[in-house]
Amino acid sequence: MSEMTAPTTSDRGFFGEAKYPGIFGWIFSTDHKRIGLLYFWCIFFFFCVGAFLGLLIRLELFAPGETIMGAQTYNAVFTLHGVIMIFLFIIPGIPAAFGNLILPIQIGARDVAFPKLNLFSWWLYITGAILAVTSLFTGGGPPDTGWTFYVPFSAQTSTNVSLAAIAVFILGFSSILTGLNFVTTVHRLRAEGMGWFRLPLFTWALYSTAWVQILATPVIGITVALLFAERVIGTGLFDPTQGGDPIMFQHLFWIYSHPAVYIMVLPGMGVVSDIIPVFSRKPAFGYKAILISSLAIAFAGSLVWAHHMFTSGISDLAVMVFSFLTFIVAIPSAIKVFNWLATMYQGSILLDPPMLFALSFILLFTIGGLTGLVLGSAATDVHVHDTYFVVGHFHFVMFGGTGMAFFAAMHYWLPMIYGRMYDKTVATVAWGVMMIGFLILYISMKVVGMQGMPRRYYDYVPEFTGLNQLATVGSWILAVGLVLLFANIIRGLFWGDPLEANPWGSASLEWQVSSPPPTENFDEDPVVTHGPYDFKQAGIL
Amino acid sequence: MTEEHSHIVPYKTFLIIWFALLILTGITIAVAQYNLGALNIWVALGIATLKAGLVVSVFMHMQYESYLFKLSLLSALAILAIFIGFTFFDVLYR
Amino acid sequence: MSGHVHKDYTGAKFGMWLFLFTEILLFGGLFILYSVYLSRYPQEFISAGKELNVWFGGGNTLVLLTSSLFVAVSITALRRGAKRLCLGLLGGTIVCAVIFMVNKYFEWSAKIDHGIYPGSAHLKEMLPGEMVFFNIYYLTTGLHGIHVVIGALILAWTMALVKSDKVNANDWVILENAGLYWHLVDLIWIFIFPLYYLILH
Repeated sequence: MSEMTAPTTSDRGFFGEAKYPGIFGWIFSTDHKRIGLLYFWCIFFFFCVGAFLGLLIRLELFAPGETIMGAQTYNAVFTLHGVIMIFLFIIPGIPAAFGNLILPIQIGARDVAFPKLNLFSWWLYITGAILAVTSLFTGGGPPDTGWTFYVPFSAQTSTNVSLAAIAVFILGFSSILTGLNFVTTVHRLRAEGMGWFRLPLFTWALYSTAWVQILATPVIGITVALLFAERVIGTGLFDPTQGGDPIMFQHLFWIYSHPAVYIMVLPGMGVVSDIIPVFSRKPAFGYKAILISSLAIAFAGSLVWAHHMFTSGISDLAVMVFSFLTFIVAIPSAIKVFNWLATMYQGSILLDPPMLFALSFILLFTIGGLTGLVLGSAATDVHVHDTYFVVGHFHFVMFGGTGMAFFAAMHYWLPMIYGRMYDKTVATVAWGVMMIGFLILYISMKVVGMQGMPRRYYDYVPEFTGLNQLATVGSWILAVGLVLLFANIIRGLFWGDPLEANPWGSASLEWQVSSPPPTENFDEDPVVTHGPYDFKQAGIL
Repeated sequence: MTEEHSHIVPYKTFLIIWFALLILTGITIAVAQYNLGALNIWVALGIATLKAGLVVSVFMHMQYESYLFKLSLLSALAILAIFIGFTFFDVLYR
Repeated sequence: MSGHVHKDYTGAKFGMWLFLFTEILLFGGLFILYSVYLSRYPQEFISAGKELNVWFGGGNTLVLLTSSLFVAVSITALRRGAKRLCLGLLGGTIVCAVIFMVNKYFEWSAKIDHGIYPGSAHLKEMLPGEMVFFNIYYLTTGLHGIHVVIGALILAWTMALVKSDKVNANDWVILENAGLYWHLVDLIWIFIFPLYYLILH
C-alpha cells in the first residue's frame, strides 16, 4: 500500500476459484470471504423472516381484540420475532457477515487466524438456526415465552422451550468462536506496518466486541443449559419450591444479554466510524478517543446488567448502583457521537447511500440512547417498564442503530466484494421511504408506551387504537422502503455496472485490493505506510 | 517456531509442583476439620487459588508466556469476579 | 505476517487460552449461583455438604492432579524425543480419567440409592437450602464430568496423532493445547472440591 496501485476490476476474484464444485465450494470453503457471504445471505434471509413476523404483529395490533390471529399464535409470533432478530440477525449480523468479509483484508491478512474454526462456526450457526426453526413445528408447539425465556413460565410452559434453549446454546457457541477468531487474528495477523494505531476503527470495534463475545456469551450458555436441566431433569435451581430463586435466572440472563446489546451495537459504531471520514473527506476526528471508547463501552457495558431488573424485586442498593453505572455507559457512547460530528465539521460531505445510513444511525441511535437514559434511571423506569416505550427504545437503538449500520455496511462494502454497483438514486429513495416509515412506527410506539400500553399484550383498550393504527401504517411504509432497498441492492450486486476502482475514495487497505478480491486477498504481503484515514498520504486528497 | 517456544520445562519442576499440590490438598482437608466460622470458606478458597496458580503458571506454562496472555487471563478472571461481586449488590441487601 | 510459512504457535496457543476463558465463564455461571445460595443458606449447605464423602472427592482430586502431572510431563517428553514415554503418559492420563469417572459413578450411585437426586421424593422433603445444594452439586459435577470425558477423548485423539508422528518433537502445539484443556478440567475441580466436599462447619 506504499503507493496506490490501480486496482483492476475485471476478473472474478475469489468467485472464480472454488475448491469444490457448486454449492460445496461455498459450504465447505474456509475462505473468509466465502464464509462471510454465507453468513450475510443467511442473516439477510432471517432478517426478512423476522421483519415479516414483525409486520404480522403490527397487523394483529391494528385493532383491539382478535384481528388476524389468536392469542397463543400471537405469543409464538412475537417470541419468534425476538429470537430470530436477536440471535439470528443482530448478534451475528455485522461481526459474522461483514467482520468476516472485511476484517482480514482491512488489516492486511490473507485469512482469519483459524479458517477451519471459522467454517465450523458457520455450521454451528446454521445448526442453531435450523433447531430454532424446528422448535416451532415439533414438541408442544412454538415457544411462547418471549426471547427472554424468563422463569418460572419458561420452566413450566408445555411449548417447545427445551429445543429453543439448545438452539440458543449452539448459536452462542458459534458467536464465541467468531470472537475468538477475530481476537487472535487482530493480534497475530496484522500486515507489516499495520500498528495498533493504524487499525481501522471498524477493526477496533470488532476487536472490542470479540472480547465481549468471548467473556459474556458462556454465561448465556450455562443459563439456557440450566433452564434445559430445570425442564428435563427438574433441577429446580430457579424454582422457589426447591429453594431456588427465579431472580437469579434474570441475573444470569442479563449478565450475558446486556453485554450482548453491545455485541450488537459496537460493530455498527465501527461501521459508522469507518464511513464518516470517507464521505466527509476528512481524517477521523479523535481516532484514539473513538477506539478507547469502544473498549470502554465493552467493559462498562458488562457492569450494568441489572438495570433490566429494576421492577423485578432486586435490592434498593442494587437499583441505585446499577442505575448509576448505566449512566456511565452513556459517556463513551456520547464521545463517539461527538467525534463523528467533529469529523463531519467543515468536511466536504458526500451524501451517498452509505453516508445516509450512517447519518441515520447517528440520529436514531442518539434518540434511542437518550430514551435509554429514561429507562436507566430507576425512578422513571418504574413508570415505563414493560411498556411500548421500551419496545420503541430498543427498536431505535437496535434497528435504528445496528440495522441502519448493517444497511450502511451493505451499501459501502458489498460492491467491493461483488465488483458491481447498485443504483444510488433508488437506494437514496428507499432510504427516505424507510426513514419516514421508521419514525412513524417507532415514535408511535414510544408515545403509546408513555400512555401506558404494556408490551407483549395481545389486546389493548380502545383508547390506544389511534396510535396503534398509526404505527401499523408506519410499518407498511417501512416495509415498502425495505423491499425497494433490497431489490435494488440485489439487482446491483448481481447485474449492476462494474465497479470503478475505490469508488468512495477510501484510504483503508480493503479498497486497495482488486475487486472482487482474489482468494488470498493480496498478491504479495502488503506493507502499510499510512493510517486508514490518511487521505493525503493515500493520494486521494 | 523456535524463538519464543524453546523453553522446555524439566521433569523435576513438574514433580515438585505436583508434590506441592498434594501437600496443599492435604492442608485444605486438614483445615476443614476445624471450625473457623466464616473463615473456613475463605481459607478453602485461598488454598484452592494457590493450587490453581501453581497449575496455571507451571503446568500450563503461563509463566513463560507473554504479557498478552497474562493480561488476558487477568481480565477474564476480573470480569468473573465482577459478575459474582456485583450480583451481591442485590443478594446481600435484598 | 509469517502465518503462512509455518504454523503460528503463539496464535494457536492464544486461541486455546481464549477458549479456556469461555470455559471458565461457563462454570462461572454455576459459581455465581453457588456463591449466592451459599450466602443465603449457610447452615443448610453445611448440613447437606456433610452428606458428601470427602474420600471420594479427595481421591478424585489426587487422580486429577496426577493426571495433570502426566500431561505436563508428556509435553517435555515429546519435545525431548521420548515418544514412547509421551504415549505412556498420555495413556496414563486417560486411565486417570477413567478412574475419575468410575469413582464418580460410585459416588453418584450411592447418593441416588439414598434417594438423593434432582426431583426425587426424598430430596423434596429436605430443607430448601439442602435441595439447592444437591441440585447444584449434581449440575456442577455433572458438567465437570462431561468435560472429563471430552478431555479424555481429545487426549486419545492426540495420542493417535503422536503415534503416527503427525504430532512430534518439532510440531507439538496440538499436544500442548490438548494439555491446556486437560489442565482446565483439573483447575475447575480444584475449586469444586473444597466448595462442595469440605464445607463442614
